[in-house]
Amino acid sequence: MIRNRNLPFAATVLVFAGIYLLCVLQFPTMLSFRVAGNLLTDNAFLGVAAVGMTFVILSGGIDLSIGAVIAFTSVFVAVLVRAGVHPAVAFALALTLSTAFGAVMGMTIHYLAMPAFVVTLAGMFLARGAAFLITTDSVPISHEFLDMLKSLYIQLPGKGRLTFIGMVMLATFVIGMVLAHRTRFGANVYALGGSQQSSELMGVPAAATTVRLYALSGFLAGLAGLVYTLYTSAGYSLATVGVELDAIAAVVVGGTLLSGGSGLVLGTLFGVFIQGLIQTYIVFDGSLSSWWTKIAIGILLFVFIVLQRATLLLPRRSGKAVAFTPIPRGG
Amino acid sequence: MRKLKRLAPQIVALVLVLFAVTLAVPGFLSISVQNGRLYGSLVDICVRAAPVALLAIGMTLVIATRGIDLSVGAVMAITGAIAATLVADNQPLVVVLLVSLGIGLACGLWNGALVALLDLQPIIATLILMVAGRGIAQLVTGGTILTFNDPAFSFIGSGALFGVPMPVLIWLVAGLVVGLVVRRSALGLLIEAVGVNRRASSLVGVRSRFLIVAAYAISGLCAALAGMIVTADIHGADANNAGLWLELDAILAVVIGGTSLSGGRFSITASLIGALIIQSLNTGILMSGWPPEFNLIVKAAAIVVILTLQSPTVATALSGLRATFGSASRSNSHEPTGKAGARAK
Amino acid sequence: MAEHGAVLLEARGIDKSFFNVKVLDGVDLTLRTGEIHALLGENGAGKSTLVKILTGAYRRDAGTLRLAGEEIEPLSVAEAQALSIGTVYQEVNLLDNLTVAENLYLGRQPLRFGMVDRRRMRADARALLARYGLDVDPDETLSAYSVAIRQVIAIARAVDLSGRVLFLDEPTASLDAREVEMVFSILRRLRAEGLSIVIITHFLDQVYAIADRITVLRNGRMVGSAAIADLPRRDLVSLMLGRELEAETHRRPVEVAVDDGPAAFRFRNFGRRGSVRPFDMDIRHGEVIGIAGLLGSGRSETAFLLFGIDKADSGTVEIDGKPVTLSSPVDAISHGFGFCPEERKTDGIVADLSVRENIVLALQARRGWARPIGYRESLALAEHYIKALDIRPPDPERPIKFLSGGNQQKAILARWLATDPRLLILDEPTRGIDIGAHAEIIRLIEKLREEGVALVVISSEIEELVAYASRVVVLSDRTHLRELTGDEINAATIVNAMAMAAGEAA
Repeated sequence: MIRNRNLPFAATVLVFAGIYLLCVLQFPTMLSFRVAGNLLTDNAFLGVAAVGMTFVILSGGIDLSIGAVIAFTSVFVAVLVRAGVHPAVAFALALTLSTAFGAVMGMTIHYLAMPAFVVTLAGMFLARGAAFLITTDSVPISHEFLDMLKSLYIQLPGKGRLTFIGMVMLATFVIGMVLAHRTRFGANVYALGGSQQSSELMGVPAAATTVRLYALSGFLAGLAGLVYTLYTSAGYSLATVGVELDAIAAVVVGGTLLSGGSGLVLGTLFGVFIQGLIQTYIVFDGSLSSWWTKIAIGILLFVFIVLQRATLLLPRRSGKAVAFTPIPRGG
Repeated sequence: MRKLKRLAPQIVALVLVLFAVTLAVPGFLSISVQNGRLYGSLVDICVRAAPVALLAIGMTLVIATRGIDLSVGAVMAITGAIAATLVADNQPLVVVLLVSLGIGLACGLWNGALVALLDLQPIIATLILMVAGRGIAQLVTGGTILTFNDPAFSFIGSGALFGVPMPVLIWLVAGLVVGLVVRRSALGLLIEAVGVNRRASSLVGVRSRFLIVAAYAISGLCAALAGMIVTADIHGADANNAGLWLELDAILAVVIGGTSLSGGRFSITASLIGALIIQSLNTGILMSGWPPEFNLIVKAAAIVVILTLQSPTVATALSGLRATFGSASRSNSHEPTGKAGARAK
Repeated sequence: MAEHGAVLLEARGIDKSFFNVKVLDGVDLTLRTGEIHALLGENGAGKSTLVKILTGAYRRDAGTLRLAGEEIEPLSVAEAQALSIGTVYQEVNLLDNLTVAENLYLGRQPLRFGMVDRRRMRADARALLARYGLDVDPDETLSAYSVAIRQVIAIARAVDLSGRVLFLDEPTASLDAREVEMVFSILRRLRAEGLSIVIITHFLDQVYAIADRITVLRNGRMVGSAAIADLPRRDLVSLMLGRELEAETHRRPVEVAVDDGPAAFRFRNFGRRGSVRPFDMDIRHGEVIGIAGLLGSGRSETAFLLFGIDKADSGTVEIDGKPVTLSSPVDAISHGFGFCPEERKTDGIVADLSVRENIVLALQARRGWARPIGYRESLALAEHYIKALDIRPPDPERPIKFLSGGNQQKAILARWLATDPRLLILDEPTRGIDIGAHAEIIRLIEKLREEGVALVVISSEIEELVAYASRVVVLSDRTHLRELTGDEINAATIVNAMAMAAGEAA
């Protein structure tokens, strides 16, 4: 039996399967490793960032800075590499910076008791502004190290490729799932999403958890920036505008409650896939314009949000029956 | 008097910003009349502030109900696209205005229905239109930047009446009308009551659903006005960029205006001053020759500073200080914060 | 473990101030091994603050804490737990969105290779709860269980975490009698095992049912501490009040003169599935209908139906002989109804608004948004009721959240009085407020009755109902069981009716 709390996830998988089925019925070639491989590659940076967003939303927060951090990271790395810094060093620097940036936002949110929405909004302005300050031009880069990374792929049947960045995304999801469901940190994140007050009284280290949480989101946004740089071989400060919205949509369509406390990391993967599928479908169709993606995602968001609303009302009715056996006194 | 006290921080901030810009740009404050029309940087600020000021009017009411409207930028794009389509189709001005306002109203009603009837969290409910809205706008324009040449409609964006540029007139009148309606009727009090405690308000017979829907509807109307001004100003509709991120500026304006994001007490005047502060910063940075890229960073700094001052932690510390120095302040709390806060969620 | 009766936790001279206001002033508390210690006091006496200091949630300004003779300095809830002091806070204790097992082991999950060992956690949870006689699914979300079960799980967690001292802040506030007995049986067993328990409660009956010792706080001072046998109820109440009660009397009221004509408000076969079974109720002007019943008996649900908050799915309503529909509070208010809810903080006050605005709110809502009550008029109204009901402090512009519970309740009553109501429904009007305001509200109820207002009062304080009700409806299991009139209205009959009902239901 599916527990109530997993109903949204089940719905996500169902929607994914349904959409895929529709696609395949119309374009049988979409059932191929090639399309699957491309789905992973094209959505890798979104997927990586969405894992971070999942944690943030599970905790009852939100991170609007993701798109800006991705852009900043890509520009930062591109400019460093062009200046002769080894990409590996640039990557490490960028990740350190984005993680620290997330941590500072987490501290602000926790210690000043400010809404995450506003703090990360300021973070978005700051990161985007910093990216603009570096350069407003697109900075193409090439380096043998980057070429080496790009040449790492697993050949799939039928000309499909699981690229390096696709692997990075899948690995991020696996680590994210372990972190969310198998560690104390993960449990603390869910606890904060349930109620910060209660979880603090229960001994959850709210400060440490919040800071780590946003640091994680910052780190993953940075990693998404690196993936994006590899994907486009360039850094551009005007890129990835609004990716935070795509990430939020992926998380919600993935069955996570936007108000926090309930959801699965794996659901987000399906949320990303659903968005990717819609885009792929539009490409296959050829006659549809790209803005249908936005409309379709808007409709899906609507459906999922209403669905969550409905399931949230389900288990509230009455308490589950419980056997209570009085234990004799003086045991 | 009480009103002035409420507005003091915003007025002081505006004066400080203007003063700082004047230091960098001499002659910044000068205003001249050419061809029966006001010119000058200050006028320019008021003109450019129009979209955000209009959005801030509606946003203030929405935030007062403990909501937020993320869709206003997208609604601007939709109404702009529709207005441009109609104008390009040589429809009479009245039709253009009414249809565009009607679409804005419909968007607001949609948001309001999701929030009030389906009880969705506002940030979630309005996210839907924020995501889908630009797609819809592109659908309307067919993905191109739709241009037109229609002096009557363009007048909204670049004309002037009695020497005052139309955009300024529009946001002033809109602010005045909404402000008067809200404060001269009981709407203001009832909206504040719903924002503070919706359940308790409903139990005393306050029609909270109606009030919430009304707030989002007004927000939609304001967004439609803003969308038309932008469209009229550039003689075209750009579905991709019209109103992009302006919802954030509008929220910032409201927050600068001192209306709490957790609902309740609000001031439209303060939000309008907030919009002026934001635009003064933008214009000031531009005029003093700094790279415009600084804009975002300055805004980020503004958010951090204002919210730090408003944050509960700092507010508690400040009111503690005030209590220590014995100044008469009504708002200071003697209650341990933990007790009240325990039921906050 | 130390022997029973040895001093375990000792607080001496505890001071605490918030913004220069002294909340605790030299408070002492002595807790012995294996005792249940009731901590009593009116609202604002400092009980919660004291508990928060003893359990590490607040820092004290002065004083010493000793645990088994050793000085301790708990700086956080976690540190207090490590020192073997556990707490179950009122209302906020566990997390509804987590599973039972996660709630029990949050922050101390069993690890295996650095990962949470879910299988062991589940087994541990099952074993732990079995010791409390509970058979629940550890993997089920907590929200699936009733408040009472959650309360037991919270106790199990706190005891498992700490082991020697357990603080319970109003553990029975929202439980019915059977559930209270379940919790108490667990507490008695824990006491027998040598645990020391401090319990805060408003229910004096429960204090005498379970406590060994009582400590009373008043205005931040410790005013008395004694063994239960040495402190009869009367003395306890005077200690809490700080003055001799004239008499804790429960007089039968002078016979109420109610006209025999048709009732102004006639509810017939009125009910709602899953809420209250259909009932008949006649309410006349100038009478108080008392509603008695345990929590969950359908008493608040009855109020919600009468006031149109929940829509009835059967039956009819007649007002002055004319059929009407009640499908929302707006409908009810338009017929002259008023309703003071039990949950004052969430359903009653609008915290950030001033006392004045709170008082005019219902009247304004009835008038509609287009016909505002001017500032002067609203000020006059507010000042009138502040004076008439002695609302303190007498400042109409003070945000209502800064008033005490009793004064908030008076302001909410004023809110309805301002609408000149014909029927007032009061749900637990005296719950959780200090004894002074308690008496004033009872006087107000009597005065309103004399003025010809029809009242429906729900109260869990039977003596109160006996004092002012002309009829008492006894509820059980969501059914209106009996209507008592005349001489039948006395505590014994009411309790019997309730007890019999509970017996029948079981």
